[in-house]
Amino acid sequence: MKKHKTSGKPAYYMESVPKMKKIMRNYYLKAKYARYLGKKVAWITSGGPVEPLIAMGIIPVYPENHGAMIGVSHTGVELCEVAEGMGYSGDLCSYARADIGASETGGGPIGGLPKPDMLICCNNICGTVLKWYEIQARKFQVPLFILDTPFVHTEFTKEAKTYVDRQVKDYIRFLETAMKKKFPYDKMNVVGKRSVEAMRLWQQVLNTATAKPAPFTAFDAFFHLALIVTLRGTKTVLRYYRFLLDELNQRVEKGIGMVENEQYRFLWDNLPIWHRMRWLSRAFAARNAALVADTYTSAWCGTVDNIDENDFLGSMGEAYTRIYLNIGVDQMAEKVLNMIDKYDVDGLVMHSNRSCKPYSFGQYDIQRIVQRERGLPVLILESDMVDARKFSEGQVETRIDAFMEMVGQK
Amino acid sequence: MITCGIDIGSVTAKGVIMDENNLLATTIQFTGYNAGTAGETVLQKLLGQAGLKREQIVALIATGYGRNSVDFADKTLSEIICHGAGAHFAIPTARTVIDIGGQDSKVILLSDAGQVLNFVMNDKCAAGTGRFLEVMARALETDLDGFGQLSLKGSTPAAISSTCTVFAESEVISLVAKGESRENIIAGIHRSIAARTVAMANRVGLIPDIVMTGGVSRNIGVIQALEKLLNLPVTVPENAQLTGAIGAALLAQRAPNVA
Repeated sequence: MKKHKTSGKPAYYMESVPKMKKIMRNYYLKAKYARYLGKKVAWITSGGPVEPLIAMGIIPVYPENHGAMIGVSHTGVELCEVAEGMGYSGDLCSYARADIGASETGGGPIGGLPKPDMLICCNNICGTVLKWYEIQARKFQVPLFILDTPFVHTEFTKEAKTYVDRQVKDYIRFLETAMKKKFPYDKMNVVGKRSVEAMRLWQQVLNTATAKPAPFTAFDAFFHLALIVTLRGTKTVLRYYRFLLDELNQRVEKGIGMVENEQYRFLWDNLPIWHRMRWLSRAFAARNAALVADTYTSAWCGTVDNIDENDFLGSMGEAYTRIYLNIGVDQMAEKVLNMIDKYDVDGLVMHSNRSCKPYSFGQYDIQRIVQRERGLPVLILESDMVDARKFSEGQVETRIDAFMEMVGQK
Repeated sequence: MITCGIDIGSVTAKGVIMDENNLLATTIQFTGYNAGTAGETVLQKLLGQAGLKREQIVALIATGYGRNSVDFADKTLSEIICHGAGAHFAIPTARTVIDIGGQDSKVILLSDAGQVLNFVMNDKCAAGTGRFLEVMARALETDLDGFGQLSLKGSTPAAISSTCTVFAESEVISLVAKGESRENIIAGIHRSIAARTVAMANRVGLIPDIVMTGGVSRNIGVIQALEKLLNLPVTVPENAQLTGAIGAALLAQRAPNVA
């Protein structure tokens, strides 16, 4: 194993990792004990506008982030089975099934999420969240706010803007009613600016992987992502990402790559296969391949240019509507091609994710476009982000081998 | 140069010894539960047949699902690249290779020179594979060899819509109960396999000539169903079942430094 020249630690060691674990532990502890701290808890979808919650002092909790933890901790199948036993179809999103299962049994790695005081659902990521949140609103008997973001087939129209901007106002009124207090617009300004800064920092963090060798891989980005998802708008996030960026820049300067002998560089598409993170990262590393970037983690900073940091509330409707999963396949392919050039990759690895229909739909078209425009090989792995029953090791291994042989032929 | 290719599939283990372009020995046997032992037996049979000693083999490549269990191999390669090389060797004009084996099916797109350009595999499901045919043959009380011939006698293929082996089996059982003829049912099964394969082939972008390899290529019913749906001829090379092993032996010649 290659060692740091100075510290004697293995190349994969990063000081940020234990820091991040501590922040996440504290975050979940605070959320679990919110009631004793006199705080309210809101469950919110991963692509939902969290900033107004932060401004209001509400603790946001993400069933999807929880779903990822369930996947990593290999408790996904048993929780999905609970939901299936309740009558939910095995074809339903495994985040939804795992969440429903965990809220029924208190199972999973942290014994379930704290009970919500309200639910915030934004359908910019999929349609499943609508019914999923309605079910949970009924179960917990709490108010539900839905932010409906129209799909951006080709362009974001004036009508769409009016439509979402009005809902942002409704959202503020919803929070004022739920919290029985006035919305703090001055605080919102501060939170909005912090959120924009966090997104820019996150983009800079991801940018470091343009270096060769890449100082970290998509597998690491999947881990460090949790903060930009859950707590953007807080100071904690800024402090952490500055630290992470600093560490990554140092690795770049010293030429420390996450994959020893990085020979091939790939771009990952779709959510991670949470229950197979270690296996997959080893499988690629053993073949001298680094997954240097991905379309998933960059979704949390992809629309930062649509936000006016001096008018966060006035511009966030557009930013939340134009995210990666809410745009047409042509625009998605455009983004993929840009990332291929930016990170100078040798191929594209697509996870065809049985759970995530909006992400997986269109992948074959994107594959075709990438092959036509860049002549790069594309690997498609069929699996599921949480449901380990949808993974076949022998098949995936054969596909990776064949893909590497194709790349090696070039 | 004398090389060996061993292809350990989920159902059968295949092996060949080649000297340049000549086949010196070939063998096919059931894999059984121990892929490593199967590889060893295949090698011993091949050496006996060719009258060669292990040391005379310059390079040995293992492929197939059990490739990593062949611990005496100089190198392992995926069956995709091996089937590509083997098909190109047998039919140099081959651009699309349809390989249906025991537990999976794949469509491989080749360049003029026989390099793999792209491939697509069935998803995690046995439908459209050799295993699927085995289950169906058992349900219809015939064997795989009889399956192809019987289907040619079917006048109107029965509709089999399930994409799952288990559900398709119960679909077949209800067709039997309804009194549908065995020939038509089998023809329907072949049609459903062909339809799934054609969908995969279209995904990868099909270019003629089309060559079929793997164990299922022995089934004339599947070949004819494929030709009908594709409206193109499908060629089955001699030794089609050995294509992966032949490809492995050929690739071993190209990379003699593997030893």
